[in-house]
Amino acid sequence: MSGTLTIFKRELRSYFSTPVAYVFIVIFLLLSGAFTFYLGNFYERGQADLQAFFTFHPWLYLFLVPAVSMRLWAEERKSGTIELLLTLPITMWQAVFGKFLAAWAFIAIALVLTFPIWLTVNYLGSPDNGVIFASYLGSLLMAGAFLAIGSCLSASTRNQVVAFILTVVICFLLLLAGYPLVLDAIRAIAGQGLADAVSGLSFLTHFASISKGVIDLRDLVYFVLMIGVWLYATAVVIDIKKAA
Amino acid sequence: MIETRQLTKRYGNFTAVDAISFKVEPGQVLGFLGPNGAGKSTTMKMVAGFLSPTSGGATVAGYDVERQPLEAKRVLGYLPEGAPSYGEMTVREFIDFVADVRRIDDSVRDKRIDDAIARLHLERVLEQPIDTLSKGFKRRVGLAGAILHDPKVLILDEPTDGLDPNQKQEVRTLINSMARDKTIIISTHLLEEVHAVCTRAIIIAGGRVLADATPTELEARSRYHKAVSLTATNLQEAKDALARVADIASIEVDPQDNRITAFPKPGRSIFVAVGDALKAQNVSVRELALEPGRLDEVFRTITQGAGKEART
Repeated sequence: MSGTLTIFKRELRSYFSTPVAYVFIVIFLLLSGAFTFYLGNFYERGQADLQAFFTFHPWLYLFLVPAVSMRLWAEERKSGTIELLLTLPITMWQAVFGKFLAAWAFIAIALVLTFPIWLTVNYLGSPDNGVIFASYLGSLLMAGAFLAIGSCLSASTRNQVVAFILTVVICFLLLLAGYPLVLDAIRAIAGQGLADAVSGLSFLTHFASISKGVIDLRDLVYFVLMIGVWLYATAVVIDIKKAA
Repeated sequence: MIETRQLTKRYGNFTAVDAISFKVEPGQVLGFLGPNGAGKSTTMKMVAGFLSPTSGGATVAGYDVERQPLEAKRVLGYLPEGAPSYGEMTVREFIDFVADVRRIDDSVRDKRIDDAIARLHLERVLEQPIDTLSKGFKRRVGLAGAILHDPKVLILDEPTDGLDPNQKQEVRTLINSMARDKTIIISTHLLEEVHAVCTRAIIIAGGRVLADATPTELEARSRYHKAVSLTATNLQEAKDALARVADIASIEVDPQDNRITAFPKPGRSIFVAVGDALKAQNVSVRELALEPGRLDEVFRTITQGAGKEART
């Protein structure tokens, strides 16, 4: 069994041996439900799709994903187990990737548990299930990008609260970068070119395009690159701390 | 085998470990002694591959810990300071996890796990989350993880800290039983531990090696080495008798229990002469002992001397 898989299994199991997992899943389901029905006017829209559900995922993740990622490395550093982990015969990359995958799988589980809403919309009408599937995929990828950012910031501090706040701020900026209000302002000041560049950096832009049911390679590459770069940065940060 | 060459760690202007070089062979148990903040743990962290040295290097069983980290970590068992482990896991889950990461072969896996559990007496707590265990048990869980893969090289940072006297004794017996074919480094604050388990001791202060010798050689540096202590029924009679022994350099009396200690002139042996003198004067003695030397006194002299030197 490879090092990544061993780390992955240990991490994922540890989520469920503490209340963290259950609290997170319950809150995630409650909030996603509340957003869909109250803010998204799921019924009133009278359309058989899940747009009301997915529109709020970026904002839901903004606070919930950093709550998962903040403990990834900060807790290991605080409790000293990082010393145990990094003196076991695994590479830095296996540790970083194994921990990330476990957190991602955990969020995937929470996301899968929203399936009743998919069933509901199919019961009420005949939605385009292809679009819904693509939206789920986009949502998962976006959660992965949030997590990778959180992983890097968690590695840079031993304080989980600091890790949480920094992650929220950076993710918030990356969300804002795709907001029409912000983009209009940039366009007015600096022109279309920069506005496009900023919008290309945003989670919102790429998530919105996948949510339309078009799985464009560019959007996939964006999220995979985002995850890769931030995980690489995680390993670099840990290495720097090792030599500091 | 463990070897360090000019191993150095600096944090900004502060030098935590200052060009430490030593070599430990299989069969040796090296004791790291030193005041808090002397650089013991930092040295061990660098040898274990958790911290990178600022300069210099270390090898474990021939593998350079910076250039061949995986090979070095595979042959190494390491117990970090404070014996950290994942609190939410049960003892069995934790040991299974270490066995998985270390990829212990299935043919010996069960045997190794059972052996580690038995050696550290963890049978009773196997299914308990580590968070719920006492300090002593936590330390033993950490030790079980460190010895699980039967490593050639062991680095144990304060392995007996937080254990009660019986448990301390058991861990010392464990270390002794593993010492024959392994290379072991332990750090400790307990000087009696040096005698109980170490074949060699290095005293560190201010990041530098101040002494590197066997425990017996260290004791020989004590001014108490070859001194004679006795408790007499009549203090004055005893003092008078001792005054007749030519080779005694000085006499000290402990004001608390009136115990007399006679120090010999350099290179002289006074035990027999003292015995004869007391007998000749008919001084009745409750107790008479030849001092082997006091490690704590040697430790204080060496480390405090270094402190003064550093301050000037």
